[in-house]
Amino acid sequence: MDFGLTEEQRMLEQTLRGWLAEHLPIGRVREIAASESGQDPAVWKGLAELGMAGLLVDDESGGGGLTLLDAALAMQSFAHAAAPVPYLGSSIVAPVALRLFGTEPQRRSWLPGLAAGTTQIGVALGELTGRRGDANLRIDGGRLAGSTLFAIDAGAADAFLVALDRDHLVLVPRDVAGLTVTPLVTIDRTRRLAELTFDGVVPADWLGGPAGVAGAGARVLAAARVAVAADALGAAERALEMAVAYAQQREQFGRPIGSFQAVKHMCAEMVAELEPARALVWYAAYAFDHRPEEALLVAAHAKAHLAEVATGIVRTATEVYGGYGFTDEGDLHLWFKRAGLDRQLFGGPEAVRAEAAVLQGLA
Amino acid sequence: MDLSFGPEYEAFRDELRAFLERHRERAPGGGQMLAGGTRDPAALSWQALLIEHGYAARTIPKQYGGYGATPDPLIRVILDEEFARAGVSAGLGGQGPDMLVPTLLEHGSEEQKLRWIPPTIRGEVVWCQGYSEPNAGSDLANVQTRATEDGSDFVINGQKIWTTTAHAADMMFGLIRTEPGASKHAGLSYVLIPMDAPGIEVRPLVTMTGHAEFNEVFFTDVRVPQSAVVGRRGEGWKIANTTLGHERSSLAATGQLEAAMARLTERMQAETVDGRRAVDDPALRDRLLRLQARLLAMKYHALRLLTCRLRGEPTGEPGSPEGSAVLVTKLAGCELSHQIAALGIDAMGEFGVLYGGSKHERAGGLWQFHYMFSLGLIIGGGTAQIQKNIIAERGLRLPREPRA
Ligand SMILES: Cc1cc2nc3c(=O)[nH]c(=O)nc-3n(C[C@H](O)[C@H](O)[C@H](O)COP(=O)(O)OP(=O)(O)OC[C@H]3O[C@@H](n4cnc5c(N)ncnc54)[C@H](O)[C@@H]3O)c2cc1C
Repeated sequence: MDFGLTEEQRMLEQTLRGWLAEHLPIGRVREIAASESGQDPAVWKGLAELGMAGLLVDDESGGGGLTLLDAALAMQSFAHAAAPVPYLGSSIVAPVALRLFGTEPQRRSWLPGLAAGTTQIGVALGELTGRRGDANLRIDGGRLAGSTLFAIDAGAADAFLVALDRDHLVLVPRDVAGLTVTPLVTIDRTRRLAELTFDGVVPADWLGGPAGVAGAGARVLAAARVAVAADALGAAERALEMAVAYAQQREQFGRPIGSFQAVKHMCAEMVAELEPARALVWYAAYAFDHRPEEALLVAAHAKAHLAEVATGIVRTATEVYGGYGFTDEGDLHLWFKRAGLDRQLFGGPEAVRAEAAVLQGLA
Repeated sequence: MDLSFGPEYEAFRDELRAFLERHRERAPGGGQMLAGGTRDPAALSWQALLIEHGYAARTIPKQYGGYGATPDPLIRVILDEEFARAGVSAGLGGQGPDMLVPTLLEHGSEEQKLRWIPPTIRGEVVWCQGYSEPNAGSDLANVQTRATEDGSDFVINGQKIWTTTAHAADMMFGLIRTEPGASKHAGLSYVLIPMDAPGIEVRPLVTMTGHAEFNEVFFTDVRVPQSAVVGRRGEGWKIANTTLGHERSSLAATGQLEAAMARLTERMQAETVDGRRAVDDPALRDRLLRLQARLLAMKYHALRLLTCRLRGEPTGEPGSPEGSAVLVTKLAGCELSHQIAALGIDAMGEFGVLYGGSKHERAGGLWQFHYMFSLGLIIGGGTAQIQKNIIAERGLRLPREPRA
C-alpha cells in the first residue's frame, strides 16, 4: 500500500516546474496569451522535446506510456504556471481517447504527431455535458450538421475530437470543407475555446470505427474531468502561495498583514480546503487507470469538488491581496480566471454532482 | 501509487473476517467504539477477546498486557476497515486507551507503565483528562491548579473544568502547576491523580445534549506522591502536547465518518415528504453529493499521511505541503462530521428535531445527539480558531501571535 507520488513523479514535476519557470515567466505568459493563436510554437516544441506532450502516448508511438496520474501532475504544473499550452486536449483527452478506443490505423495516424508536438487536437465534448443555447450538433443525411460549443484548445488545433453522443466520437480535420471554427473569447486567455459549426461535413474518422464504441464518451469525459480537476488544483495552489507570500510582506498598521488573525484564518481555511482536495485528485487519476468500476464516479466527484475548492481559494486569495488583487498588474487574476473557466468546463459542479448521483443509483 | 495490500495483509484480513463472523454475537451492541468509562461486563469481555487475538491493544508490549505486535499502520487500516464493514465494535476507546497509554509508553517510568497500562487497556481503570480550567481553555498553559511540596508528596489545590468522564473515572491525568517560580510553560507537570483521593469533588455539568458527559473537578488539599509525575517535573507542557496530538488524530478518524455517511444515505432513502424520498429532493441530494466528495478527500488525505509515515517522510515540516496537510486534519474532519449530522436532520425536517424518546423519533435521537456532540468536538481538543492559528503559524509560517 502506498498512496503517494513516486520518486519519478516528483522528478517529473520538478523538471517541468523548473522548465516552466525558465521558459514561461509571467511576462511571457501574458505576451502569448495576448497573441492571435494564444500559443508559442517554440514553447510547445520545447515541451514535446522534454517528453511532456506525449506522456500518455504509448512507447511505440514515441510517447512516454505513462498513466493519467502522471499527466494530471503535469496539468497541475501547467495551471500553476498559467501556461498557455494545449495540454488538456492534445496531451490528455485526445491520447486517452485514441489509446483506449482508437483503431490501429487511427492510433498510428494520430499518436506519433501528438507525442512529437507536431499535431494538435482540440476537443469538443459539449454533447456529453448538456447542450447550451442553440447548439444542435447532429447527423443529417449522413453528414455532420449544426454546431457544438466550447471546443477546448482550439487555437492551433489541426483537428478536433468531437462527441456526437455517448458512443460516437469523431475526428475531424480543421481544414475539412464545411467546418467553421469561431473563436470564443473567455475570461481566461491562457486557453482557447471555439464554436464548431458543421455544414455538410462527411464524418470519415469515427473513433473505433463507424459503429462507435459503447460507453467511450463517458470514459473520455472522465479523463477530461480529472484533468480539469488537476488544473483547478494547480491554479488554487498557486493563488494560495501568492496570497501567503503577500501576507508575509505587505505591511499595514506597522506590521505584516499576515500577523492579523483575520488574514491568517483566511490563509488557514484555504490550505484546509486545498490539502485534502489534492488527495482526491490523485485518487481520481489513479482510479481512472486502476479502478475502472469507480473511475467515472470519482472523476465526477473530483471535478465538482475541485471546482468549488479552487474558485473559493482564488476568491479568498484575491481578498488577501486587497486592492492590488483587483488590478491587472497584480497577476493573481490569471489564476482567478483559470479556476473560473475550470469550474464550468465539462460541466459545472451542480450538473456534475447530478450525474454522480445517477451513477450511484441515487437519482 | 499502489493501493493493493499484498498477500500477507490479505491473509490477515481474511483471518479477521472469519473471526468477526464467528464471534460477532459476543460483541456489545452498536458498531461504534465502546464509550470510555463503560463498566459493562459484556463490553469488557469483548475487549479481552480482542486483545487475546491481537485486534485491540495490538502494539502494546506483552509485559504491559498488550498483544505485543510491532506497529504496522497497514494492519491498523485493515482493522478499521473490517470492523467498520462488519458494523462491530472495534473495542475500547476513550481517553485512557487513546491518550494516556501512548503518553505513558513514550514518557512514563517502567513502574508507571507496569502499573497503569494493563488495567487501562482492559477497561478496568477508567481515566479522565484534567487539562482545562475556568481560566485556561485555549490558553491552556495558563493552568492555575497548583501542587505544593510536602515531604515526598504533592498537595494539590484548584479546579478543572469540562473534564469528560470525570464522574465515572478512577484516575485523572492532569496538568498541574508544580514550579511556582518558573515561566508559564515551564511550570507545569503531568500528574496521575486517583479520583477517590480525599479532597476531590466532582460536579457533573449537564451538556447541551442533555447528558452529563463532562464535569467540574475541585481539588482541596489533595495529596499524591511526587512519584505520580510522568516524565520530569516542569515537562508537563511538552508531554500534554503529545497527548493532544493523539487526541486530534483520533477525533477525525475517517472510518467513523464513512459509517456516518452510510447511515445518512440510508436515512435519505428512507425518509419521505409527500411520498417523495429525501434523496429525490434535488437540493438535499446535491448536499449529500458535496459531502461524499469531502469524505473521499478526507479518506485519501488520511492515506496520503499514512504513506508519509510508512515511508518515514517528515510530516511536521513547517512550510511544506505535508506539514500543512497534517495540521488541517482535525479542523476539516470535525467540520465534515458536523455537516453530515446537519444534513441528516434537514433531510428529516421536523422529525429531525424529535429527541428524548419522543414518538416518531428516528434512531433514538442519534442525529441530534451527533449534531450537538460533533460541535463539541469542533471546540474540544483545541478550537477551530486555535487550529487555524496553528495551521497559519506552523504550517504556512505566518507571523506568530504576540504571547501574553
Ligand atoms: C465536548 C468537550 C469535551 C471536552 N473534554 C475535555 C476534557 O476531557 N478535558 C479537558 O481538559 N478539557 C476538555 N474540554 C475543554 C476544551 O479543551 C476547551 O473547551 C477548549 O480548549 C476551549 O477552551 P474554552 O472552553 O476555555 O474556550 P475559550 O478559550 O474561552 O474560547 C472561546 C472562544 O474564543 C476563541 N479564542 C480563544 N483564544 C483565541 C485565540 N488566541 N485566537 C483566536 N480565537 C481564540 C476560541 O476559538 C473560542 O471561539 C472539552 C470541551 C468540549 C467542548
